[in-house]
Amino acid sequence: MPEITDPEKLFAPRADGLSTTVVPPIPSDAPATRARSISGLRRSDLLALGGSALAALSIVTLLFTQIAPLSGPIGFVLLTYVIFLVLYALLVSFDESGPVVRDRVVAAVVHSLAFLLLSALVVIVAFTAYRGLKALVHINFYTQDLTNAGPLDPLSVGGISHAIVGTLIEISIALAIVIPLGITCAVFLNEIPGTFARFVRTIAEAMTALPSIVAGLFIYATLILILGLPKSGFAAALAISVMMLPIIIRAADVVLRLVPGSLKEASLALGTGQWRTVWHVTLPTARSGLMTAVILGAARGIGETSPVLITAGYTASMNTNPFSGPMVSLPLAAFNLVGNPQITSIQRAFGAAMTLLVVVLVLFVIARIIGGRGPGNLTKRQVQRRAKESERDAKRFSQLADTTTRSSST
Amino acid sequence: MNTTVVEQRPETDVAAREIRERVGIADLIFRGITRTSGITVLTIMSLVGLFLAYRASEALRAQGFKFLTDQAWEPDSRNFGIAAILFGTFLIALVAITVAVPLAIGTALYISEYAPRRSKQLLISLVDLMAAVPSIVYGLWGLFLLQGRVTGISRWLTTYFGWIPFLHVDGFDKADPLAGPAGTLTSSTFIAGIVVGLMVTPIATSVMREVFSQAPAGEREGALALGATKWGMIRSVVLPFGKGGIIGGTMLGLGRALGETITVYLIISPVFSVQPHILETGASSIAATIAGKYGAASAFGTSALFAAGLALFLVTLVVNFVAASIVAKSRSGAVSDA
Repeated sequence: MPEITDPEKLFAPRADGLSTTVVPPIPSDAPATRARSISGLRRSDLLALGGSALAALSIVTLLFTQIAPLSGPIGFVLLTYVIFLVLYALLVSFDESGPVVRDRVVAAVVHSLAFLLLSALVVIVAFTAYRGLKALVHINFYTQDLTNAGPLDPLSVGGISHAIVGTLIEISIALAIVIPLGITCAVFLNEIPGTFARFVRTIAEAMTALPSIVAGLFIYATLILILGLPKSGFAAALAISVMMLPIIIRAADVVLRLVPGSLKEASLALGTGQWRTVWHVTLPTARSGLMTAVILGAARGIGETSPVLITAGYTASMNTNPFSGPMVSLPLAAFNLVGNPQITSIQRAFGAAMTLLVVVLVLFVIARIIGGRGPGNLTKRQVQRRAKESERDAKRFSQLADTTTRSSST
Repeated sequence: MNTTVVEQRPETDVAAREIRERVGIADLIFRGITRTSGITVLTIMSLVGLFLAYRASEALRAQGFKFLTDQAWEPDSRNFGIAAILFGTFLIALVAITVAVPLAIGTALYISEYAPRRSKQLLISLVDLMAAVPSIVYGLWGLFLLQGRVTGISRWLTTYFGWIPFLHVDGFDKADPLAGPAGTLTSSTFIAGIVVGLMVTPIATSVMREVFSQAPAGEREGALALGATKWGMIRSVVLPFGKGGIIGGTMLGLGRALGETITVYLIISPVFSVQPHILETGASSIAATIAGKYGAASAFGTSALFAAGLALFLVTLVVNFVAASIVAKSRSGAVSDA
């Protein structure tokens, strides 16, 4: 780089009237600069944290065991935490000013609140797994129903296969209703805007407030009380559908709104009709988001107990016909089993709840894997497929051009 | 000095071309189908509301204004009303919100401000997963694990703060906690409220987190550049900016808490009188009443349950609408501020 010392020359006008931008030189004797670390964690901070935690623990242990007649694990933890905060504030205030002390204390509180919530999740999952373990280790728990297993029978007899099958049947029927209806309605809200669409959107959003028990009550009133049908898996599936429909419409509506308008306009500008644009551009672009919406909706629907409670009835034996006879699902089985005081029955209830939790977890992980990317972000394989498709198109176009030039030249 | 001179065009026929949209048959069918789906959804949704109102009308007509003021629930002797169960529903929801709001604000702040960038997505997923955990699982957890642990806190609270009316427990003796009626402190509003609070925290958290993370970067950096600590920045930029999100998230959580059925049903032992003592055994909720009474109800009793369901639906509807409009307002503000 040529050495330029005269600042005037930095913006030296060129003969052609344009100017060039010249990067100012870096002096050769400049000290090598390193990016300063701005994450402000110092050793004294860690010491203050650890020290006050240790001190709080010691004080409370002393209080609980020697001085005051206190007891109970929750009280112990709460008192330790309060004393820890006070000591921590005191320690920090020795070296820092008031605002910094407040900052530190708030940071500690925020961290512990988040930790508390996440540990609640861990405790809930772990507790369900722990209490259900005795039932879950028996193979017959997954392969038999409860026809021959009374509440007093050991766990090596009977299982919840009827509830697993019932859950699958009910959610399949519900999805078969909700997916076409919900996604078509979301497409309607986005593609044909207007007063009517706005009205439907408002109503759908209002319906997400519908308590799930009221959805069950609705199906109970129409199907069972008025039409006189018996309680069945189909009625339960309808109740789940009524509950899931607004949830899926709302989620799909948001996803479809995120499809870039430029993509749709490009398609329309090429002379494509509205229907083809939706089918070939909008829906494929939003596919991963729509899948996520559906799977998360299904996870909600599977786990709901109250609509099923009113509409499905209860049975201890396998029923694969959704149109006749009561059909039981996993949450309902757990709910009914926990009503018996026998220990095996409660273990079975926890086993059913854990099975349900695993199903929800699997659905959730699938949704996250699919839905990790926004509209337009493609996987490697999708990129390759698109590249191949464009290659094919290019070949087709060149062949077409060849034939037209040949035909026009002759 | 430059002036822009507009060239005078010669007068010609340059009237705008008429653009006629020709809609093909396929598109017409497509529009027809989507419109039909919209109408279907609308029909289903209005049917739900209409049926509730229709089935409830018998009980409402029989009971009239007393439906709002009566506490008992004996529909077959024409002596019922939602005063007690509506009050109980709100009480449980209030305890739930008291638990949920600090947890939700803390977690939302942690995810949007404090968490390492790499773990953010994981944390968001975990909170979403917590929202997807079935209510029966929460119910079992509350019944078998939490209840035994929380009664200790209840005992402590009523021993030292029993003079506050709503923390009072009838028949509880400080000197001899075991003397009163057996299990005075279990199956209470307090315990049900804590569990429901944990259930609605994830919903409130995700609304708040989204609004917090939209706080404008320029103002955050401005606050930090003026020497604010992180908390100073949060207090002066993020929290005022996210106020709508905090209120909206809280109301959304409240809406869910009001309609929660199975968890509450499993934990409480129902009473049908206004019961303001949250630590005492006995609580009530509309949803739990429906779940508990529908099976043995006569035709008129069912109608009464529908009336209760209608009342619950109207309450959650109002709460959700207010929440949605607050959240929407705070979002549109975000757009215009940025």
